[in-house]
Amino acid sequence: MAINLGNIRDECKAIWRCGLNAGQLKAAITAARLLDETGRLVRGASAPDAEALVDGYRKLVFARRLNEQCGALVRQGRLAVYPSSRGQEACQVACTSVLADGDWLFPTYRDTAAIAARGVDPVEVLTLLRGDWHCGYDPNEHKVAPQATPLATQLLHAVGVGHAARLKGENTVVMALCGDGATSEGDFHEACNFAAVFRAPVVFFVQNNKYAISVPLARQSVAPSLAAKAIGYGMPGVRVDGNDLPALEKVLGEAVARARAGDGPTLVEADTYRIESHTNADDATRYRADDEVTEWLPRDPLLRVRTYLTAIGVLDDDREQDIAAAAEEMAAAVRAGVGAETVVDPEEVFAHVYSTLTPQLAEQRAALRAELELEEA
Amino acid sequence: MGAVTKMTMAQAINAALRDAITEDDSVVVFGEDVAQLGGVFRVTDGLHAEFGENRVFDTPLAESGIVGMAVGMAMNGMRPVVEMQFDAFAYPAFEQIVSHVAKLGNRTRGKVRLPIVIRVPYAGGIGGVEHHCDSSEAYYAHTPGLTVVAPATNADAYGLLRAAIAGSDPVIFLEPKKHYFSKEEVDVSVSVPPIGRAVVRRPGKDATLIAYGPSVPVALAAAEQAATEGRDLGVIDLRSIVPFDDETVCAEVRRTGRAVVVAEAPGFASVASEIAARVGERCFHHLEAPVRRVTGFDVPYPPPKLEHHFLPGVDRILDTVDTLQWEEDVA
Repeated sequence: MAINLGNIRDECKAIWRCGLNAGQLKAAITAARLLDETGRLVRGASAPDAEALVDGYRKLVFARRLNEQCGALVRQGRLAVYPSSRGQEACQVACTSVLADGDWLFPTYRDTAAIAARGVDPVEVLTLLRGDWHCGYDPNEHKVAPQATPLATQLLHAVGVGHAARLKGENTVVMALCGDGATSEGDFHEACNFAAVFRAPVVFFVQNNKYAISVPLARQSVAPSLAAKAIGYGMPGVRVDGNDLPALEKVLGEAVARARAGDGPTLVEADTYRIESHTNADDATRYRADDEVTEWLPRDPLLRVRTYLTAIGVLDDDREQDIAAAAEEMAAAVRAGVGAETVVDPEEVFAHVYSTLTPQLAEQRAALRAELELEEA
Repeated sequence: MGAVTKMTMAQAINAALRDAITEDDSVVVFGEDVAQLGGVFRVTDGLHAEFGENRVFDTPLAESGIVGMAVGMAMNGMRPVVEMQFDAFAYPAFEQIVSHVAKLGNRTRGKVRLPIVIRVPYAGGIGGVEHHCDSSEAYYAHTPGLTVVAPATNADAYGLLRAAIAGSDPVIFLEPKKHYFSKEEVDVSVSVPPIGRAVVRRPGKDATLIAYGPSVPVALAAAEQAATEGRDLGVIDLRSIVPFDDETVCAEVRRTGRAVVVAEAPGFASVASEIAARVGERCFHHLEAPVRRVTGFDVPYPPPKLEHHFLPGVDRILDTVDTLQWEEDVA
């Protein structure tokens, strides 16, 4: 399938000439919501599919349990560090539940729970934070890019995967994750612009958790919203309550459908909050008041769905216990997997730098091998 | 394609791109001004018209975007060949190059390989204004995971680019822009030279000049001049900086016992320094004199009127050769 970029430009111009309507502006600035903070369906909203939402709730519980388990493993010295997504679990779940098997996910370092929700074994994901290797899963197998710590750089890779898919005539959609801090990076701008210009099938999903380590959102941007930035690139921007799982799935699902239909990228901003410190190595009390955190606790994404599902009578104690037990089982497997002794071959540092070992690396490998043999002797 | 043709280096690179696009559906060429215009140096002239928008296309003006998008396209099975318009304009892409292009294969234990070629018109000698004449090879050569290639002849420009595009690893392809429009005979039917092998351009018995890219013709001119003065200098063209061909370089230096490294880049912490150190470490007992370097000064690239003072020239090379502790000096 050939793409005629000349046509894309003409079509985009035509869209522009129609101008933005008030609804589009409102969507970029006001957060969409289906469940309010007390777990009630907002007025006029159609009810989400109850069984699908129970499954979503199960994933939320798993994500929360994984966050807790990883925190514990750091305290036990089993993981070097863990950037927790506690409070952001609805974002973690929704960004993967809207994807098809052949779609790609481009996560950040804070998206371990999303990668697990995508189906990657959490133990493989934690290879990075356990210090065994930089990435423990096969990106091609799961269509999940490696986590990496540079900010916003992966958004451009997402655009490239999407553009290549279009050139090859594939129906792939790419979900590209970043946080509020990353929207200040140049690569965020370049990725949004490239995606819009090439009409790449990408959903940019910004989890606005209000902090980039210690620096609050107000120091990142004074734009009306982060989603509003989309307007400047000529793509839709949608703001959504980031602690409202059904609303997230609706908004992200629409963005994925739009990308899959060939209508280009969407920028979705989730209004959420990082409940814990940046990582265990950080101390959030140095830069934010406890009151602020306390204010966000009742907006908890799990609580909201549980309240709703209980109220409509599809989640009872038995079901809740089954979900909790399955999450415990997962946590136990993570503990066992991360706790298992692993041996990383020191010579592996040479193995993957190039697809063929250079003479220089062969020499250095031989030198290291000699050192190791001396140690063993 | 026909065998021997007289063509410029720009045409040789163009032919390599054309042949690669023709032979492999996954090869795509993109960058700034590469489509309709054919590149500011006309290296991609005619490719857009011939192969269309899906294979050869212009991008927004953003180098990090170009390289970052290339990473994703390579992850999804394509072989992107991207152009950085000038050496110093590649710097906005530096993070993508160093943190991802160079490292993704290693990060994923070889599960993801990035067959990307980043073409960089580089170095000086064209009277270019600031930011148009940098010799930036050391930044790339210092980054594990990158292959760094610098052709000196039009035939090598063709062959090495074909090899770079066909390979599995990312390649920084440094094109000596001052040679873009010099004509030479190119035989495109000969087999592609493997990346990582240097070539002895001129055998010599008295001393060895080691050069790459734009410095190779200068070293050859110096050797010509020396021959008229009774001194027999050999010239090695490295062709690729990474991987480095220790074997060819050291075999020559061991034979002559004297070596001078010639490169345009500032000498401090440079590729030339690395070569001098390697040769010193590996050939010490064969050396009659310390390995010397003739490089650019440790200054920002000078304005056009002063660049001839900066660039290593025949006289400076021969003056340096004269300091290599010849027997007549000792006696």
